[in-house]
Amino acid sequence: MIVGRLLPLTIAFASAVAPVPLLGQDTTAIDRGVRIGIVYRPGVRPGIVVLPGHQAGLDSVRAIVARDLDYSDRFEVITMPGGDSARGTAAAARPDPARPGTRPRPATPAALNYPLYRALGADFAIDVRAAAETTTVVVHDVTAGAVRRTVQGIVPALGLPGFRLAVHRLSDQILQATVGAPGFAATRILFVRDGKVYRIDQDGADVALASSGEHQAMSPAWARDGRHFAYMEFADGRGQLFVQDVATNRRVSVTTTGKSLDFTPAFSPDGKTLAFSRATEEGTDVYTINVHDNCCLQRLTRGGFSDNLSPTYSPDGQRIGFVSTRPGLPQIYVMAADGTDQQLFAPFDYGVSGSSNAPEWSPDGQSVAFHRDVGGTLQVFVLDVRTRTVRQLTSLGRNEDPTWAPDGRHMAFVSDRSGYRQLWVIDLETGRIRPLLQQSGARLPAWSPRIPEAGITNP
Amino acid sequence: MTRVHSLVLMGFGVALLVACGKNPQPAATPAPAPNADSIAAAERARADSAAADSARRAQEEAERIARQRAADSAAAAAGAVTEVRNMLAAMIHFDYDKAALRSDDQSALDQKVSILNANTAVRIRISGHCDERGSDEYNLALGNRRATAAKQYLVSHGIAADRIETVSYGEERPIAPGHDEASWTQNRRDEFEILSGGDNLRKP
Repeated sequence: MIVGRLLPLTIAFASAVAPVPLLGQDTTAIDRGVRIGIVYRPGVRPGIVVLPGHQAGLDSVRAIVARDLDYSDRFEVITMPGGDSARGTAAAARPDPARPGTRPRPATPAALNYPLYRALGADFAIDVRAAAETTTVVVHDVTAGAVRRTVQGIVPALGLPGFRLAVHRLSDQILQATVGAPGFAATRILFVRDGKVYRIDQDGADVALASSGEHQAMSPAWARDGRHFAYMEFADGRGQLFVQDVATNRRVSVTTTGKSLDFTPAFSPDGKTLAFSRATEEGTDVYTINVHDNCCLQRLTRGGFSDNLSPTYSPDGQRIGFVSTRPGLPQIYVMAADGTDQQLFAPFDYGVSGSSNAPEWSPDGQSVAFHRDVGGTLQVFVLDVRTRTVRQLTSLGRNEDPTWAPDGRHMAFVSDRSGYRQLWVIDLETGRIRPLLQQSGARLPAWSPRIPEAGITNP
Repeated sequence: MTRVHSLVLMGFGVALLVACGKNPQPAATPAPAPNADSIAAAERARADSAAADSARRAQEEAERIARQRAADSAAAAAGAVTEVRNMLAAMIHFDYDKAALRSDDQSALDQKVSILNANTAVRIRISGHCDERGSDEYNLALGNRRATAAKQYLVSHGIAADRIETVSYGEERPIAPGHDEASWTQNRRDEFEILSGGDNLRKP
């Protein structure tokens, strides 16, 4: 019965959108037509459409949400042909509101013309509305023909601090409501340029200075709570570690001897311990210190004739990956968090594989990303922790310093593939690569966890 | 050297005296009576006056030359200090991704040992540097290795360890800006900097 009622509409719409490919905007419209009624095919990403609207001031919100959904690499984001006119078609296709017995139109988002969006290839439709400071997002399940979920968030006015992050949080809620996976829209990446630490939103917006010192800074690293980060500063030939509060920009120095070069800080998952590298005349070794009480310095490695550096905690806090030069050139090693049971982590061919550096354990614990010298340039590799096998991820240009997004499938890294060194983001599942920052000289990126903030509700 | 200077000076002084003696002195006053005694007296007075004059000038000249000589020797000493300072600051270089001292740098290091032995108040800082090819963070450890390698050489040749500090700048302070082997070769280096006691450097 439903099919019988909807079929004419679908046909009518199909003829209506026939000119779309001529616009050069969406050449896969015909393929999408084939996808009607088929939703969870493996290897096919669900289609999603962000509905246009007449309400003023929401265009920026919709644009940011649509871009976030695109950058999540989990959807085919469908661009509405003809913008508002399509919405008008949808409204016209609704049951006549003037007819007695039907409910008032504004209160029923369920009145969306699902067959129309199904014909477009959409599995989900996102309706963004605002009332005062509260922005409401209705997630429609087009296939089921029903509202999947309604999420709300306080979104500051466009241009106010917190606006973009609030919108990004809505995007993450949409991802959770549709594919059931946490997103990474509300995240930022720290990086170093010209001796300062900067931050940038994961969609490439809002670059801002983050470090407050006058000396040359390096090696930013996030705490798991997303409220603090650590970094290192050169001062008088020494390396001094700092822990900075994101909200207040206040920083405290990590206690050191004052006579050493401390670098590559890494927070333990509980945020209480900072592992780092310390270079002294004995060489470079991995240490830990309790940053909560600024006490209890522990030395985890004793290199002697080899260097040990660049620690990275497993997400359960039980193990630490690190770099050791004990095989003669730097390679990726692993040890228990107390320094015992040190062993080779990422296999290499002796005399063939080049230096390996900059390990970072993935948030899901299953992988460790690092870079390795291949034929005189650096390439990003991923170690599978369970099987202890490595695969090379990049091959174009020089690619280095990988850092994981909190979803565990995206990664930022530094590449000169475009002619100069800049930040890029890759999706490991689809292989899609996009530039994060179109400026040269950026390096040592560190991807944040999901940035916490009150102010979003999920009724 | 000093003796030669003095001889030249004496010869010059004598020549001055001779020149003065030959010059006919203009008469200060017309001779009242040209008698033999008065002429002799005048001659004597003139000779005395000329002699006194010459002696004064010679002394002035000697002082001037002494001052000049002192200045010259100070400049020479300063030149020697600069030379020693440059020898102490001479950089040493490394192979790619290596911290082993190269044999062609051994004489430079031996020279530093001699200088440090001759100037026991001098304290230095060795900073290790890398080229841009390796990993940014690993290069901090490598630069540290390079600095301590040079320190270990100096210490093993008798220099007290507490006179030498080591630091690493990794690849953060290149001296050659290029992105080719010529620049990388220059950037893989140790720098030597005097921390204190370098005011009156003595030549070994």
